[in-house]
Amino acid sequence: MRQEISFVEIAVIGGGPAGLCAALEAANAGARVTLLDRQDRLGGQLIKQTHRFFGSQSHRASERGINIAAELTGQVMSHPHIEALTGATVFGFYEDGVLGVEREGKIFFIKPARIIVATGAAEKTLAFPNNDLPGIYGAGAVQTLVNVYGVLPGKRVLMVGAGNIGVIVTYQLLQAGMEVAAIVEAAPKIGAYWVHAAKVRRAGVPIYTSHTIGRAYGTRQVEGAVIWQIDEQGQPVPGTEKDLVVDTICLSVGLSPLVELLAQAGCRLVYVPQLGGHVPLRDASLQTTVPGVYVAGDAAGVEEASAAMMEGALAGLHAAYSLGYNQTGYEARRAELQQQLDSLRSGPVGEKIRSGLSRAMIG
Amino acid sequence: MLAVDGVPTPEDLAQKIPPPERLARRPVVIAECFQPIPCDPCSHACPRQAIGPFKDINEIPQVDYEKCNGCGQCITRCPGLALFVVDLTYGENEALIKLPYEFLPLPEEGQEVAGVNRAGEKVCRARVVKVVKTEKMDKTAVIWLAVPKDLAMEVRHFAIK
Amino acid sequence: MRIEQHPILEFKRGKKVKFTFDGQEYEGYEGETIAAALHAAGIRIMRESPVLHRPRGLFCAIGNCSSCLMTVNGEPNVRICVEKLRPGMVVESQKGKGVIYAPGN
Repeated sequence: MRQEISFVEIAVIGGGPAGLCAALEAANAGARVTLLDRQDRLGGQLIKQTHRFFGSQSHRASERGINIAAELTGQVMSHPHIEALTGATVFGFYEDGVLGVEREGKIFFIKPARIIVATGAAEKTLAFPNNDLPGIYGAGAVQTLVNVYGVLPGKRVLMVGAGNIGVIVTYQLLQAGMEVAAIVEAAPKIGAYWVHAAKVRRAGVPIYTSHTIGRAYGTRQVEGAVIWQIDEQGQPVPGTEKDLVVDTICLSVGLSPLVELLAQAGCRLVYVPQLGGHVPLRDASLQTTVPGVYVAGDAAGVEEASAAMMEGALAGLHAAYSLGYNQTGYEARRAELQQQLDSLRSGPVGEKIRSGLSRAMIG
Repeated sequence: MLAVDGVPTPEDLAQKIPPPERLARRPVVIAECFQPIPCDPCSHACPRQAIGPFKDINEIPQVDYEKCNGCGQCITRCPGLALFVVDLTYGENEALIKLPYEFLPLPEEGQEVAGVNRAGEKVCRARVVKVVKTEKMDKTAVIWLAVPKDLAMEVRHFAIK
Repeated sequence: MRIEQHPILEFKRGKKVKFTFDGQEYEGYEGETIAAALHAAGIRIMRESPVLHRPRGLFCAIGNCSSCLMTVNGEPNVRICVEKLRPGMVVESQKGKGVIYAPGN
């Protein structure tokens, strides 16, 4: 079997906010970039985010995620130094840093001088009786159906998880015309920004903290769910069962970084709960323990889109610099991007990330 | 309690409400943003620089009530939809609330709706005075709602009957 | 159920195409995923689990979890949440692990 191997300068795996910004930053520095994404369009999770983003002007605050996605995608598609391959699945990280790619039924290999892994994260699930019934979805899945394809998965939903994703998706489901029976959150406090919670509360959605889903029920699909209060040990408090008639259950219980390619590459991984699971060890330039392999975005630690954009840009900047590009502008730009990223993480709500990152940093 | 159920307490709100004397004079924005999060578009949105400035983007917005004239330009710029303009001078028994709205259907001007509080409870009858939706507002409409004056600090949403 | 009006989004749909699911004819839009087309038709049960024969549907809708595997045009284990709908597609709920076809058989 004859194998074609192409040599590229920088390969960016994943075309979400981190990958798009990494590709742009590296290409603007002068490097030649190949961006690969397994979906048929770029943008990653950004293409479903109908809400306005936070942060500051440099983070595109107040712009809707969907518009940021369109802007970044447009810039990438028209950049002379970027080759964007959609529908391209990087299925393997082989010895000598060769990437195996499948696209439109064909297989080919590329050998990049630098690799930026920006593969994002996947939704976690929750164990409870009948958690496999049709009608139970990850929150991202419901977002895809509703915001990308304009299809409602059901009429009335129970949302499990009051982090930012759970509360934002609740709001989006209300906008799409679904009823939300309740949001349950196992922790004693709401994890989402309080302004997100306020929006859904005034829209009439109750939020039950220290509550969880006891079980789902239904003959062949979800017909209802029982929720109950839990004590400090996570045990159900007797007498607090509530039966909710819902046809859909949405699980928003966290994400796990997608680090398979990094594991194949031989990067040292460390388990950091605050970052969502196994993440690669990395230095200040976002390089992993395998020289030439960088990581950015949720694959480096579950955070959020604005941080992913900044991290992606930093990884792209460092990767290009390491190849000899942008020697003069590098330091100022690095300081600018790092400062913007730090400001996103510097407040009280950044405590978890900062604590997690300290366990994943080397050097 | 905000961290437990997303609804501010009277103590939380008291810090955001200007003195009665100022409220009686002209419209003003109430910034119902209680949590230091990395976010600052409100400080850039005001043509009179009445919000902020922020030294650190995690600061909670402070409104300069003398600079603010209640124009409402900031309402659609807040990603948290947490800015509301309250006009106690609107009428003898009525106050005017300008609030952000991102649902369909949009109400009609003149329509009677139910005034809803922060906990999602219907608390009064309200009248839609104006529906503002332009291209520049990027899909966030601003609804002007006439409510009983004593509920001016309660009504933050509405339900079409 | 399809969303016709949305406060933020406008849905640009491709052209209408016909497909079958377990022998029954349905309509969808070219370019959407099979999962979206089935959900629009109110179908949420995609297959039966291999051992306990429990009904299974979608979970992640992005190609990660293997919950939605169906047989499409005779090919089993297709992730219908990422597979795009094409005219005349024959979609079947998969019972068990599916039969891997060999060309020519």
